Amino acid sequence: MNFNPGTVNEIAVFNGFDFSVDPGEFVSMVGSNGSGKTTLLNVICGSLSADRGKIFLNGTEITGMPEHRRAANIGRVFQNPAAGTCPNLTIMENLSLADNKGGAFGLRKGVNKKRTDYYRSRLQLLQLGLEDKLDISVGSLSGGQRQALALLIATMTPIDLLILDEHTAALDPRSSETVMELTLRVIEEKQLTALMVTHNLRFAVEYGNRLVMMHEGRSVIDTRRTGKDSCTIESLLKTFNEISIECGN
Amino acid sequence: MSLTLFSGLVEVVLREGFIYGIMAMGVYITYKILDFPDLSVDGTFPLGACIAALLITAGADPWLACLVAFAAGACAGCVTGVLHVKLGITDLLSGILVMTAMWSVNLILTGGSAIKQFFNRDTIFNSGPVLLLPEGLYPHRQLIMVTLIALAVKYALDWYLSTKNGLLLRASGDNSQYVVNLARDPGSMKILGLAVGNGCTALAGCILAQLNQNADINSGKGMVVMALASVIIGISVFRRLNFFRFVTMAILGSILYKACLMAALQLGLPNSYLKLLMAVLLTAAIVSEKVNRKGGKHVAKQW
Repeated sequence: MNFNPGTVNEIAVFNGFDFSVDPGEFVSMVGSNGSGKTTLLNVICGSLSADRGKIFLNGTEITGMPEHRRAANIGRVFQNPAAGTCPNLTIMENLSLADNKGGAFGLRKGVNKKRTDYYRSRLQLLQLGLEDKLDISVGSLSGGQRQALALLIATMTPIDLLILDEHTAALDPRSSETVMELTLRVIEEKQLTALMVTHNLRFAVEYGNRLVMMHEGRSVIDTRRTGKDSCTIESLLKTFNEISIECGN
Repeated sequence: MSLTLFSGLVEVVLREGFIYGIMAMGVYITYKILDFPDLSVDGTFPLGACIAALLITAGADPWLACLVAFAAGACAGCVTGVLHVKLGITDLLSGILVMTAMWSVNLILTGGSAIKQFFNRDTIFNSGPVLLLPEGLYPHRQLIMVTLIALAVKYALDWYLSTKNGLLLRASGDNSQYVVNLARDPGSMKILGLAVGNGCTALAGCILAQLNQNADINSGKGMVVMALASVIIGISVFRRLNFFRFVTMAILGSILYKACLMAALQLGLPNSYLKLLMAVLLTAAIVSEKVNRKGGKHVAKQW
């Protein structure tokens, strides 16, 4: 994966990088800016295409597939809460659309009133009181509320992989805590395979059953749950700093 | 001003307002829902007129002409969409390209003449259902017909926008990444929206041509400006009432806009100043919209 190929600014983010996630794993990935975390997510989701190499999802090669085709099996929550919802549509309309993912977007009624109770029960999970506000536009919600909603939306239909792209980074500490707890609950409830990128080392240590630290397109730490218990924020930070010193930062 | 003259003027305003309102509803879809400033409208409006002239002169059913006009406009809209979505040409330029191309298409349809007349032929205003009107209403048949057609288009669009597909169209204008996340191609939705918008525009052109019993290939000049002004005026004036849907506001805006033009003409504005006034009105509408939006809180965008 090269940025600015053929120029003096050419940067090879990944070179001979191999990474795989087993079904049911919840991977939390940390690393400094420019270490290739977000690039990796973009290559998986298809927002960027790799120069070489192959990507497989559930045994199927998806390398050449356009982003929207891959999205059929991938749920994604973005750093920007605005990216995962439609601000001018109501909560009900947003959920109705998400509920229909994978179905035909034909000329049947867009909002199915029969599903209202189901949507309410899902929204109750958030404990944000949104279940009584189905008809307000999502744009009037706070960032934390929108991100919680985006998480529900991304996991509404069955998916093979959930991508969490620094999804708590734009939220205040309390909201990010809430969203993170909700994330865990949804992942456990639906037994999802998840790949989470975060700058919050505590989240990285506390959540997930595998921890990966990226640096210059390589993974410098990759521990499963058993080893992760011994992995503390301090030790993580130490490795983080050592790498930075190596690079002369 | 005598009462008969005044009521006559009102009828003209309403008649024209409804006809151009059909176009305004289409432009609402491209401009407001998809956020696409679609200039191809200047070419697809006369396209509908030329198709009316061609088919009606050939003896075709005038209602069939309306359907064909809508379909042809939709095709032209698809071209705009494909130029933009598939070939990566900017939205404005895609519209200009189609608008320019339409000039030739329209000339080919009329056989090379700028105005093609079709007097004494069957149109929707002198044949078919309109003959069922009671005698007393017959003098107002033009207004009645355009009102019914505009309402039919309005309800059709209202219904479409409430379907799953319509919801997806609204989502693609709102947040195209959301549509990608739903495993759908937002580009295709954009093309579809442009098709519907230009279909409505060509339908409006077709109806105006049947009313005038001639097709004027120059009739498209200023349509973008007129339609945008109608949509923006309609929404800024009637949104407060919180009663109408946006599609309805587009029609009402069109009527209001026509009333403004008519008032200016009645007050003695020379005809040559008309396009200047249209530009000024649109500028004023956009500026007032911006002022309104400042400080205003987020209002739910219904449809």
